Amino acid sequence: MTPPDTSAPLLQISGLTKRFGGFTALDNVSVDIRPGERFGLIGPNGSGKTTLINCISGAFRTEARTVVFRGEDITQLPAHVRTRRGIARSFQIPRPFKSMTVVENLMVALDFAVATDPLVSAAHRHDTAMSILAGMGLASKADASATTLSQVELRKMELARAMATRPKLLISDEAMAGLSSSEVDEVLDLLMSLADQDITVIMIEHIMQAVMRFSQRVMCLDAGKIIAIGAPNEVMANQRVQEAYLGT
Amino acid sequence: MKRNGIFFWVGAAVFLIAIALMTKLITNEYPFFAGYVILQFIVLAVAWSILGGHAGYVNFGTSAFFGMGVYTAVFLFKVAGAPLLVQIAAAAAVGALMGFALGLLTLRMQGIFFSIATIALTIVIETSITNWRYVGGAAGIQLQRPPVTWPFSGYVQMLFFVQAVLVVLAVVVSRYIQNSWIGRGLQALRDDELAAECTGVPTLRLKVLACVVSGALMCAAGAPAAMYLQYADPSSAFNLNYSVSTLAMSLIGGTAHWAGPIVGAILLGTTQQLLTVTISSEVNVLVLGVMLVLFVVAAPEGLIGLLRRIRRHRREGKQ
Repeated sequence: MTPPDTSAPLLQISGLTKRFGGFTALDNVSVDIRPGERFGLIGPNGSGKTTLINCISGAFRTEARTVVFRGEDITQLPAHVRTRRGIARSFQIPRPFKSMTVVENLMVALDFAVATDPLVSAAHRHDTAMSILAGMGLASKADASATTLSQVELRKMELARAMATRPKLLISDEAMAGLSSSEVDEVLDLLMSLADQDITVIMIEHIMQAVMRFSQRVMCLDAGKIIAIGAPNEVMANQRVQEAYLGT
Repeated sequence: MKRNGIFFWVGAAVFLIAIALMTKLITNEYPFFAGYVILQFIVLAVAWSILGGHAGYVNFGTSAFFGMGVYTAVFLFKVAGAPLLVQIAAAAAVGALMGFALGLLTLRMQGIFFSIATIALTIVIETSITNWRYVGGAAGIQLQRPPVTWPFSGYVQMLFFVQAVLVVLAVVVSRYIQNSWIGRGLQALRDDELAAECTGVPTLRLKVLACVVSGALMCAAGAPAAMYLQYADPSSAFNLNYSVSTLAMSLIGGTAHWAGPIVGAILLGTTQQLLTVTISSEVNVLVLGVMLVLFVVAAPEGLIGLLRRIRRHRREGKQ
């Protein structure tokens, strides 16, 4: 089930601690993510999941060498440079560029995140954006304003925008929150198909059936600490995980 | 898109030729004297909206940049009798530097904090100039215009033409920014700064760039004012009215398109000139306030936004 251990990790988190004043949001977290892995991240509210991905994507700065991506220390890099290196994310609450159309939202990524070749014309980039949208089933909404989208369409657009940056690592922060069960399946299938395109995916999710179906490995955080990591079944069976979720 | 480009350049050329003809055909100096102020406000409003419109960072420091332009010109004129073009070019350079410094120091702050910092900037610079004897200090300084150069018949006509060239320059820059990747990046960061950063947009760098360009144009617009009035003093060069009027013109015109600030500046600038002549200069401030309130309530996206909304309604009506 899990990919072989021989390949070098894509992302190495080592001894990562993040404090806000006196509150420790992440406490000495260490984990390696392998290339091509589908990684599930779970934990109760406030356990530090979003803080962790903010540290990875660059919204928060951390100490040197705590976040290493493709063998390089990225802790000193601003978020936009990390995006260009191949780390893309979606947001827990969708953050579209509201004054733009759907396709323009993707054009931002194509204009800025992808190393621009002057020979690649704007028309060509527009085609690229359209083909990504088609892959997400959003082609018909390309020229609609981002404000007119439904919740599931917004989630898909965020994933499409993240995909337009040509990521090697995609972090999906609760992309299924607030969706109906058929919509959850839709988004889950999309994420699965991305993982098939050699993109490593970290998925934060509360919907357990989605986590179980998606992940090759699952990590559970509680109060900023890793309480369990391993195959999905093992983690779910872990007593501390059950306590963290259900209370004792 | 291409045809739009041709229209734009032809329009700009026609505008400059018309201005040049005016300076030849009209002998009365007054239209130039009044028109100059409107042209100056077009440059200020267009420059302001590069940062204030595209990026959504509201700058209350227009008067700081404008005043610095005035005093760069005063200083160079006094120290070396520098010609007008040198004064303007130097003012642009000073404005760019000021924009760069302001950008680096304050654009890390988001939203309202940036605006507050720009007000502080005006006060700091005005105070410094007020205490600088060499350029006249608080009492101000008289300037003697040099003789006018060919092909112009009068100095005010020449200033009028020069300011018109600055208008074209400012509009060309603003239009370029709006249509290029820079404009898309600024629009993205105005909508959502974190999302823009995570989509690969170098937000801080783009904001500083917008601040530099905007500052350079505002300062350049201020430089000819010294020769226009033949007098400069800190309280009028750094008058808060410049900040308020510029902001109002951009917002009333609409910042979604480069043409918005032009429309706003012509509309408001003309109204202000008429009111100043016919009633009093205090009334024009009152009218400014009333118009700003009306637009914020009735057309928050300015005239350009209003036009777009009407056009969209019509299109939907047809369907």
